[in-house]
Amino acid sequence: MAPPLLEVQGLVKRFGGFTALNGVTLSVKAGERFGLIGPNGSGKTTLINCVSGVLPVNGGTIRFDGREITALPPHQRTRLGIVRTFQIPKPFTSMTVLENLGIPLEYAGAGRAGAEGNTDAGEILKTIGLDAKAHLRPAGLTQIEMRKLELARAMAARPTLLISDEAMAGLSSTEVDDILTILFRLNAQGITIIMIEHIMRAVMRFSERIVVLDAGERIAEGTPAEIVRDPAVEKAYLGE
Amino acid sequence: MRRAGVPLLVGLVVVAAGIVLAMVRVNPYIYFAGCVVLQYVVIATAWNILGGYAGYVNFGTPAFFAMGAYTAVFLIQSMRAPLPVLLVAGGLVAALLGLGIGYLTLRLRGVFFSIATLALSVVLQTMIMNWEYVGGSRGMSVLRPSGPPFGSYVTFLFTVMVGLAVIAVLVARFIERSWIGRGLAALRDNEEAAECMGVPTLRLKLFATTVSGFLLGVAGAPFPYYVTFVEPNSAFALDYAVNALAMPMIGGTTSWVGPVIGAVLLGTAQQLATVTISSEMNLFIVGVVLVAFVVLAPEGILGLVRRLRGR
Repeated sequence: MAPPLLEVQGLVKRFGGFTALNGVTLSVKAGERFGLIGPNGSGKTTLINCVSGVLPVNGGTIRFDGREITALPPHQRTRLGIVRTFQIPKPFTSMTVLENLGIPLEYAGAGRAGAEGNTDAGEILKTIGLDAKAHLRPAGLTQIEMRKLELARAMAARPTLLISDEAMAGLSSTEVDDILTILFRLNAQGITIIMIEHIMRAVMRFSERIVVLDAGERIAEGTPAEIVRDPAVEKAYLGE
Repeated sequence: MRRAGVPLLVGLVVVAAGIVLAMVRVNPYIYFAGCVVLQYVVIATAWNILGGYAGYVNFGTPAFFAMGAYTAVFLIQSMRAPLPVLLVAGGLVAALLGLGIGYLTLRLRGVFFSIATLALSVVLQTMIMNWEYVGGSRGMSVLRPSGPPFGSYVTFLFTVMVGLAVIAVLVARFIERSWIGRGLAALRDNEEAAECMGVPTLRLKLFATTVSGFLLGVAGAPFPYYVTFVEPNSAFALDYAVNALAMPMIGGTTSWVGPVIGAVLLGTAQQLATVTISSEMNLFIVGVVLVAFVVLAPEGILGLVRRLRGR
């Protein structure tokens, strides 16, 4: 069996006296569609903040592609291929949509700049369906376009592992399908995807395997079908 | 390569024009005032590399300027070092200070960073005030070296300032148009997103604070020879902090042209006011103009022009 692409081992993260992650262990295989769910405040976003390097950890290790990355700064993890989107879109507001993609193309994609970078960016925008807005500033985009920009910008960083943090929150159901289609297509191109989502319909349809977090601990793991029948999950979401 | 040569050529033409202007010997006051305006071109341009491109607002401009000035005083006092040495040494000491505040950005962002730089200025001023060797709080007279290459010493300093202004603008323009400038713009817009998109934000910030500090120090290094009497209150003057921020804001912070426009307009207006009304009018003018711009044209003159062109 091939070693996992991402291996999180006993991850601990505390904020003062509050333990947000209490020894979380999980592994994601190359090419997998992986779902991460849990009630509000269960530590999902904290976990991916630790994996992407935005937050330092208090214990445990993170390995990516066989390499220990626990202490690497975020930009180096991005260059290795771990790319994330943000729950609340964080576009570069002074730049056009196209220029937004230029940043990861130049910085994460090993020095591909200039005209060639532009065609790359144009291609990505076409796949995501944002090419008509290439020369607009993010302020002129709608909610869903903003989410698409997050995804497009992440794509421009050439990820091997894409972490999508609630890319669909607040979208209508056709818009959710729209984003799902894009994510399925990216996965078909060989990109491993971790999806963090509250919209069960989407995450159940998308994921091959799901891990459930509750209060900073891993309470369940399995296929979507197993997860929905798991009494621990039911308890976490609905109470006794 | 050809395209990179053009700004350099323009720069040389400006320097040549400055030398010609120094040769023709118009009213000496022109050179005197010109020095101040050009000094502000350097200061505004330097400030903008950190404040405009990277979005870190530095209120401590006087600290950097005075580091340049007092390094010069120290070197004149101890070894009568020539002007080129003063420029380089003043720049390097201020660059070191810049590197130091660069590391502050690890913990301090936004308004907290600005407050820290303001405090830095106060701390350094207190230290200089208690350092007798460079004059302490009473200040110190500096003798200009005899026989400048041409004209009076002030006309000579004028041409030096033209050269420094050209260098500062070329550096800023180069940074703005390179990958460094694009990375700084990304971290200005959103530091976390920039970092997650592969931008080495810390390294770029350190670069910006160091280069900005270096140029601010270079601007301060000729100061002792310009005023011939250096004391802490004039070297750490509030004017530098306010002007360094106001000039780019008024011109426009996103491009190298902005600080130049702002420094020339505001610097000239201040010099005119000093002569015609009173020297107290300086900061008053800046204050009024700055408030007007922040309210009416937050993107400065460049932003206004862009809007008029309908972009």
